[in-house]
Amino acid sequence: MISSIVSKVKQKQIAQLVANRKRIDGRGLTDYREIKVEAGIIERAEGSARVLLGKTQVLVGVKIDIGEPFSDIPDQGVLTVNAELVPLASPTFEPGPPDENSIELARVVDRGIRESKAIGLEDLCITPGKKVFVVFIDVYVLNHDGNLIDASALAALAALLNTKMYNYELKDDEIIRKPGYKPLPIRNYPIAITFGKINNQLIVDPWLEEEQVMDARLTMTIDKEGNICSIQKGGSGYFTTQQILEAAKIAKERATELRKLVVET
Amino acid sequence: MSKPEKLLDKKGLRLDGRKLDELRPIKMEVGVLSNADGSAYLEQGKNKVLAAVYGPKEVHPKHLALADRAILRCRYHMAPFSVEERKSPAPSRREIELSKVIREALEPAVFLEYYPRTAIDVFIEILQADGGTRCAGITTAALALADAGVPMRDLVVACAAGKIEGKLVLDLMDLEDKYGEADVPLAMMPGINAVTLLQMDGSLTLEEFQNAVKMAMEGCKQIYEEQKKALRARYIAIKEAINE
Amino acid sequence: MPTFFESKELVTPGDLLAEGDYIAGENTYQEDKKIFAERIGLVEYDNRKVRVVALRAFYIPRIGDVVIGMITEVGFNGWEVDINAPYTAILRASDVLERGFRPQKNDLLSILDIGDLVIAKVTAYDRGSNPVIKISEPGLGKISRGQLIKVTPTKIPRIIGRKGSMISMIKRETNCRITLGQNGLIIISGKTREDEQLAIMALRKVEDESHTSGLTDRIAEMIRKEKEGRRKNVQT
Repeated sequence: MISSIVSKVKQKQIAQLVANRKRIDGRGLTDYREIKVEAGIIERAEGSARVLLGKTQVLVGVKIDIGEPFSDIPDQGVLTVNAELVPLASPTFEPGPPDENSIELARVVDRGIRESKAIGLEDLCITPGKKVFVVFIDVYVLNHDGNLIDASALAALAALLNTKMYNYELKDDEIIRKPGYKPLPIRNYPIAITFGKINNQLIVDPWLEEEQVMDARLTMTIDKEGNICSIQKGGSGYFTTQQILEAAKIAKERATELRKLVVET
Repeated sequence: MSKPEKLLDKKGLRLDGRKLDELRPIKMEVGVLSNADGSAYLEQGKNKVLAAVYGPKEVHPKHLALADRAILRCRYHMAPFSVEERKSPAPSRREIELSKVIREALEPAVFLEYYPRTAIDVFIEILQADGGTRCAGITTAALALADAGVPMRDLVVACAAGKIEGKLVLDLMDLEDKYGEADVPLAMMPGINAVTLLQMDGSLTLEEFQNAVKMAMEGCKQIYEEQKKALRARYIAIKEAINE
Repeated sequence: MPTFFESKELVTPGDLLAEGDYIAGENTYQEDKKIFAERIGLVEYDNRKVRVVALRAFYIPRIGDVVIGMITEVGFNGWEVDINAPYTAILRASDVLERGFRPQKNDLLSILDIGDLVIAKVTAYDRGSNPVIKISEPGLGKISRGQLIKVTPTKIPRIIGRKGSMISMIKRETNCRITLGQNGLIIISGKTREDEQLAIMALRKVEDESHTSGLTDRIAEMIRKEKEGRRKNVQT
């Protein structure tokens, strides 16, 4: 995701280890780093969660507002995902408008949620064609140590599950708040699983140094039924067909495990 | 465009009369812009796509240059009149993301290491859009790169497969993409079995996904043959003119 | 150890040219035991060597090449010159000013200005730094007249022809002085504009039809026909 120079010695070391099915931090090729999820840490947000994926830290806040629906789907709420690679998170992040990396990150997280129909957007309509609830998901990367996509997608799902909406009633098209809260309607639990390709081998959950030497990246988002709902290839290398099909199988397995961290089943 | 009642008719044919695994009619021409170092034009169904390549050339601003290889820059852009409702000419988030994934789909094919400290610029303009424009853009850009004389491992070719009304289909047009269940755009270098772009949205089981990948690759191989024909046509036309 | 094309057949990038014990020549690359084309061109099998004569390529400098360039910038120590390559060439002031070079006293602009054309020779170039050219040699230097055209650099050898047969025929038949740059730029200067136009027409035809046989004869005939047509026009 970021380009900074890794010493040739380190590049060689990482590649050789992977060839022997090992990694610098002792993980197996398809193992994740340690994952911690904390939900509900920003009181002002309707929903929030922080995910620690190894040393990578991502905070997601969910805000709910009232707005207009899209003209082609007048009876559904609106979902908006934005990602900020804030300069405090990495020496390579610079202040300024979103660059292609943060736009890609936001759009990959967005597609996972949207395509799996994770949010019951049809339940977020207030007055068809006029007023709907808008769900803003803001991804805030706090420390970049690799695999921002999986950490962000997981944090977004945890934050959505943590999101509360106020009760209300409609009087002459006006919203009157009533006491109490209810959860956001969540219908699916998409989990993003990201692979790197190093030395023609697939690895899961690449961390920063691996990202800097890997040829290509592949993210598959798996829904609760075990179906694939979104894919994104990145990086200047390529995958063989066999690698893609193998990745799909691994993704399905890993997604089931990761889902247990945020969803009680 | 409103939602059609059905995307497949009783015979299992699609809105434009195609079979499930049938490509849209496709037409390509190489060397269409005199200013560019390489260029190509493509029509695939109602899609009309123009691509131009400039370079390798010196990089401006200079700090973007890399000491050990050329940089490939790519701009995917939709003309304001290319879609039903006028699109703002300013690059959207979608176009910024697509520019990135298209660049990453072309990079594996180009011998960037041959020309350190230079830039190769690829411009893709969608003049008319009817679904699958990122794929059409890649197919066209690869032709423009070859036309510019940029050394390449293979041509890159792209095609989508997807699912509509429970059936896997090849080369989705806009309505099928919008109201179908899944879309899997895929780009590859067929000669060396390398997949250089893969995206998906929708919902597919593992088995459906495998079959969609296979179907998209079959489509790619057919388009690849057309690409080669288009490249050859430019030179063979001259040869024939002389023999007459 | 098969090969997959006839010699001189048109190939495109990614075409598998040969498999087995072959050597990858220009515009081809090797992976495992397979040799693929990198560019559009005509494949040639020469014993074990497989190469592609590119129909589309750009100019990459080589030391010793004579090139035609245009001054694009004037600095304190010299000029930057566009030589139709991915890299801008450097022409050092010390090459042009023979005695001790003093920037305060010599106004470089008065020697070569932006937009001036030069015939130059490449004296240094590698992957790490821009090419350096010189003009201090007989036959090199500033060009004051003529018309400039651009052709695909890979076509220059064909324009020269075997032992210079093509270019000397065009010069003779059109009465023009023609200077070829290895970088695909050509300067044509004749007594009349018509002569220059005729030469340009001939050069363009060579470029377009470079991969066909019997070309020198066809070009010669084309020039003669054109000249005849012109004479008739003058008479009537």
